[in-house]
Amino acid sequence: MHLTIKQRFGIAVVFSLPMVVQMILMPAGIDFLGGPVTEWVLTTVVMAVAAGPFIKSAWASFKKHNSNMDTLVAIGTVTAYFYSIGAMVEGQPVFFEGAALVVTFILLGQVFEERMRAQASGAVDKLLDLQAKEAEVVRNGQTITIPVEKIVVGDIVRARPGQKIAVDGTVVEGKTAVDESLVTGESLPVEKQVGDAVIGASINQNGTILIRAEKLGSDSLLAQIVDLVKSAQNSRAPIQQLTDKVSTVFVPVVLVAAIATFLLWYVAFGVSLGTAVVFAVSVLVIACPCALGLATPTALMVGTGLTARHGILIKNGEVLETVSAVKTVVFDKTGTITVGQPTVTDVVGEEERVLSVASQLEAGSEHPLAQAILDRAKVFGQIKVEEVNGFEVLPGQGVQGQTSAGPAFVGNQRFLDHQQMNPDLAVSFKTLQNQGKTVVLVGLNQEVIGLIAIQDAPKAQSRQAMATLKTRGLETVMLTGDNQAVAEAIAQEVGIDRVIAEVMPAEKAAHIQQLQEVGPVAFVGDGINDAPALATADVGIAMGSGTDVAIESGNIVLVKNDLTDVATAIDLSAKIFKRIKLNLFWAFIYNVLGLPIAAGLFYGLGFVLSPELAGLAMAMSSLSVVTSSLLLNRTKVKTTPATI
Amino acid sequence: MDKLIVLIAGLALIAFILWWFFGHHEVDQAEAKTVADHQAVAIEVNGGYSPERVVLQQGVPATLTFTRTDASSCLDQVVFADFGINQDLPEGQPVAIEINTDQAGDFTWACGMDMFRGQIVIK
Repeated sequence: MHLTIKQRFGIAVVFSLPMVVQMILMPAGIDFLGGPVTEWVLTTVVMAVAAGPFIKSAWASFKKHNSNMDTLVAIGTVTAYFYSIGAMVEGQPVFFEGAALVVTFILLGQVFEERMRAQASGAVDKLLDLQAKEAEVVRNGQTITIPVEKIVVGDIVRARPGQKIAVDGTVVEGKTAVDESLVTGESLPVEKQVGDAVIGASINQNGTILIRAEKLGSDSLLAQIVDLVKSAQNSRAPIQQLTDKVSTVFVPVVLVAAIATFLLWYVAFGVSLGTAVVFAVSVLVIACPCALGLATPTALMVGTGLTARHGILIKNGEVLETVSAVKTVVFDKTGTITVGQPTVTDVVGEEERVLSVASQLEAGSEHPLAQAILDRAKVFGQIKVEEVNGFEVLPGQGVQGQTSAGPAFVGNQRFLDHQQMNPDLAVSFKTLQNQGKTVVLVGLNQEVIGLIAIQDAPKAQSRQAMATLKTRGLETVMLTGDNQAVAEAIAQEVGIDRVIAEVMPAEKAAHIQQLQEVGPVAFVGDGINDAPALATADVGIAMGSGTDVAIESGNIVLVKNDLTDVATAIDLSAKIFKRIKLNLFWAFIYNVLGLPIAAGLFYGLGFVLSPELAGLAMAMSSLSVVTSSLLLNRTKVKTTPATI
Repeated sequence: MDKLIVLIAGLALIAFILWWFFGHHEVDQAEAKTVADHQAVAIEVNGGYSPERVVLQQGVPATLTFTRTDASSCLDQVVFADFGINQDLPEGQPVAIEINTDQAGDFTWACGMDMFRGQIVIK
């Protein structure tokens, strides 16, 4: 016969209840059980059915020189049970109800604990349920609906408005906005068109798109996120090594303490055999170390689950401890603080005219700066694309050609040799250049009509992210391979304390080591060249948009690519770590205070902890630790909406 | 006189407990059997793990099959912290766990509460 913990608990309650009622009615002189024999029968059922597995497990581990909480429960209740049988035969006071109630309370604790443990670990698995179950696939010109498991790489999958996107892939037809918040935590819908990557389990909003399936099953981003979170949840925080050491010696030490308690009371203080047994049993019951064992893993599990829901993946427990000690946060520039591609920041002159001339000349160009100009020109709607006659590329200078408005050029200051620029523009030119921007001259009919400044501009949230870190008392540093002037300009714009520029990729790790001499360093980066620095830093924080190598090397991944999450990650890590310490403190305190009381320290004052109260207290301590971990879920997380 | 006997018996019991739990005892160890480039070890979970020390060969894929016969909820999960594995062990059902043997070294596994432990040696 196999009984679940719940069933065993039910049986224990039914058979203990009459004894509890009897205990309450005793002072009123009512004895409806008719003496110890009935109590013996009731307790025997509880011991055999409900406590049986404890005893079996305790014996199995005893044979292997192991001990666990079952050892304590089994020895405690069996001692109380057999002592009471002896006392019953001799006509002495019995305490069968003590044995039965300890079993009941311990099982009560386990029922709750089982449920809460499932609650703590289930949150992440639920993420996988978010996946679409089936999808429309276009094969050989026909549309069929098949379960997602049947989709193969290269299939063309259709996603209609309102549907979940079934696979990770690339848009091959159509245009839409996608809500990716389920996967990345990003709250704004993201525009998608042909060539853009989409993520499985995100929700297609307003257009029908066709997607070429690329990553399926365990390769998908969602599955990888779940894996990453799971391995973090199961990793060990170093602080746990302390409890590891304690728990291996704990049970035998408690057994010795219980025997010593008995000897002290019975032999030295001469109390009755029954009283001495009660003290010894209480010591055994109250000492169960489960609260200690649950303190770290439950907090880790709930905490990393919480951060994952906000787009912050913490890869292991070790990093939590380090994060609280970080003194300096170092940032890579390109792609981390900045967008990672050049955009037009300023246009001097009559903007529409300047852009119109420039975009006509640049229309056919593949140059990244040309792309930036064309993107900006789109803001003014359709720009007339006219045939440019005599188009010519002047290497190291720019391009020129005959437009409808006259001969025009786009290029750098080398063009100035044969062009005129008025003094106002010359001043703007210097100012923009001093800001670390690349300035392009636009000319028409032998005259410079305007300037276009291009820069790899800072992300919208960068400035706020730095300000938040500064309020935490952290020093911010930029580490970049770019030239000093550009780096300084960006640093000033976003408010970074220190700049280390013109660093070769291979030197990044060495610079981190230097900074580590002052105190623990966190490094935030995204590129392949950042991987060594991410691994060297005490805390490596990788941007989710970054390369696989970077994500692999980091301890924390910011899925949303939002720099303000650096501060959020630091805050949350510190919070989780604090909760672990709090849990351990309570678990220890509980044992440290409970043991002497159970051993009868306050017997002289008439205050005694009976075995059943000890059992209740022990169940409560486990529950309070798990509850405290679950309360981490209530933590308010400030997520700043992305401003564009 | 009674009390003297109780005292001596109690002290003897303490001595026994200390020897039993802290004394040096042989560890139940097993080497994996390699069949067709795959090594497998069956582990019984009852009051602990038998064997509780498993020796694996580096580079050969390995499967550890855990079967829990113990009703205690203490043993209903097995955690390999180094491999990021946390597996539920339903009572009476064999559960296979794949171990990556690329890295040589000593790794531990434990129950969910970290009270019972086992060791994998990959060499």
